[in-house]
Amino acid sequence: MTSVSTTPRHRRKFQLGDSLLWLYTLVALVFLLTPIVYTVVYSFNDSVRSNTVWEGFTVRHWTNVCDQPGLCDAVGNSFLIGGIATVASTIIGTMMAIALVRYRFRARSFVSLLLFLPMATPEIVMGAGLAALFFLIQSNGLEGFAFGYTTIILAHIMFCISFVVVTVKARVQTLDPVLEEAARDLYASPFRVFRKVTLPLLMPGIISAALLSFALSFDDFIITYFNNGSTKTFPLFVYVSAARGVPAEANVVSSAVFFIAITVVIVMQVVGALRRKKYSA
Amino acid sequence: MAIAGFSASPKKGGTRGNSKGASKSALKGDRKGAAIATILLIPGLLYLALFFLTPLVQLVVTALESPDASGAIGAYVYDFNLQNFADVVSKYSLQIFRSFGYALVATIAALLISYPLAYFVGVKVRRWPLLQRLTLVLVIAPFFISFLLRTVAWKQLLAQGSPLLGVLQTIGFVPHDGYFIGTPAAVIFGLTYNFIPFMTLPLYTTLERLDGRLLEAGSDLYANPFKVFTKITLPLSMPGVVSGTLLTFIPIAGDYVNASKEFLGAPDTSMIGNMVDQDFLSNQNYPYASALSVLLMATILILVALYVRRAGTEELL
Repeated sequence: MTSVSTTPRHRRKFQLGDSLLWLYTLVALVFLLTPIVYTVVYSFNDSVRSNTVWEGFTVRHWTNVCDQPGLCDAVGNSFLIGGIATVASTIIGTMMAIALVRYRFRARSFVSLLLFLPMATPEIVMGAGLAALFFLIQSNGLEGFAFGYTTIILAHIMFCISFVVVTVKARVQTLDPVLEEAARDLYASPFRVFRKVTLPLLMPGIISAALLSFALSFDDFIITYFNNGSTKTFPLFVYVSAARGVPAEANVVSSAVFFIAITVVIVMQVVGALRRKKYSA
Repeated sequence: MAIAGFSASPKKGGTRGNSKGASKSALKGDRKGAAIATILLIPGLLYLALFFLTPLVQLVVTALESPDASGAIGAYVYDFNLQNFADVVSKYSLQIFRSFGYALVATIAALLISYPLAYFVGVKVRRWPLLQRLTLVLVIAPFFISFLLRTVAWKQLLAQGSPLLGVLQTIGFVPHDGYFIGTPAAVIFGLTYNFIPFMTLPLYTTLERLDGRLLEAGSDLYANPFKVFTKITLPLSMPGVVSGTLLTFIPIAGDYVNASKEFLGAPDTSMIGNMVDQDFLSNQNYPYASALSVLLMATILILVALYVRRAGTEELL
């Protein structure tokens, strides 16, 4: 876009195309955001049981979220499971990402394939497979694997790892090895190089990966549904109540999570854009 | 999704050069390097072997079981019973056909909707990095609200008597006395909507790397915009089209939330996932549920294999 060498005739055509594209994007974004707006608006609906018809504005559901039986327990479970799964998958995945970018080894394509497959496997297959495995383990007398927190967490760590690797790997690729070399030249031990140079530089990637893992775990329904036993998570609460009508309090939880997540992401993006501007200026 | 990853991509060429230039010092091919790589990889590889590969093996084993001699519900023994596969194919042929049919239509729809959007974010607004980043956030915003709740939202937005359904009836998309929820069109609509971000993100990453000078060169040589698109933009964005198609088609083919009657579907829109759910969790017919899952997985693996042959494993992640 630096040199303007197109003839006026071409430019006029491009401008028509341009405004059509702007209009299209606007329509597409409205389409994408409609259910979000709906969910947020209906968290303020003065409804008693099923939240399908607009009954008037209230903040009652926001101030008394936990009045809805079972909801806050389910949300608490989701946070607990998401937290543990995030920490574990972020550590495991970051290690793998560093190995994949920084070292050459023969089993490379095998490792890449093994990491790709969980992302390419339908959730229903993983859910049923894990349930079949946990059944087998339990029938062999290992009570620790009873369906519940343990099985859900084990499953969530599994499907988060690949996404962590993808996210962190992109960051490792942008990292200039010269910086680590400089630290080594100054006689820093390998551990010190990692802690003082590598890790801080990878941090933005690791944070995005952790946020992504948490989001995936928090919103997972299908795999959890096959392996939950009697433990309820937030998506299971929504699924069970969907038959009778989802209560407005569920909209409150989802809206709150949405606003927190979108704020974090926008701040990260703005900071990133400003930082790039500063460096390029 | 991989927000940092995507935003870090524009100077891809530079980073590639980096890692190549460093191949002498930082990319260790020596024995010590291999040892470190092994230590870093072992926890993850063991984990995936235990909780990803073993479940798949267990699924295949379960798919080959027969009912126990006692005849108790949910009790099965392994006896290499291949009949299960033939049984599920004939019993669930309609659901299998529907799953792949819906997935095909929804994937094409998602591609057509996503491409201009990804082009806008990746090429059109790249002069304004902040605007680019914010539109990208809006594209992935649906990820941040519960998958089930946004599907419920569409169900209510398009329910009988809703203003939006009225509009659809006026423009003739839905018959005047007709309903929308519970029809195959509603299921495909929901599937398309829910998986658009999976299509848009890979498209965006390839379009974002597209060299703007190539497009200028095309129009300098008097190619019209259509020709610039078909001869330059589209071919260069094919990697994104392929991975987006794969990442959309797979979860759609295995989805069962949109098609279930509590959400956008009806009993006669059920897909493979609904049958796995029903056989596994309600009927306790584990062999049938497993056989169906194995068939779905096998189809997906064939698709992935075709993709790997075309793109290579390096492009997978």
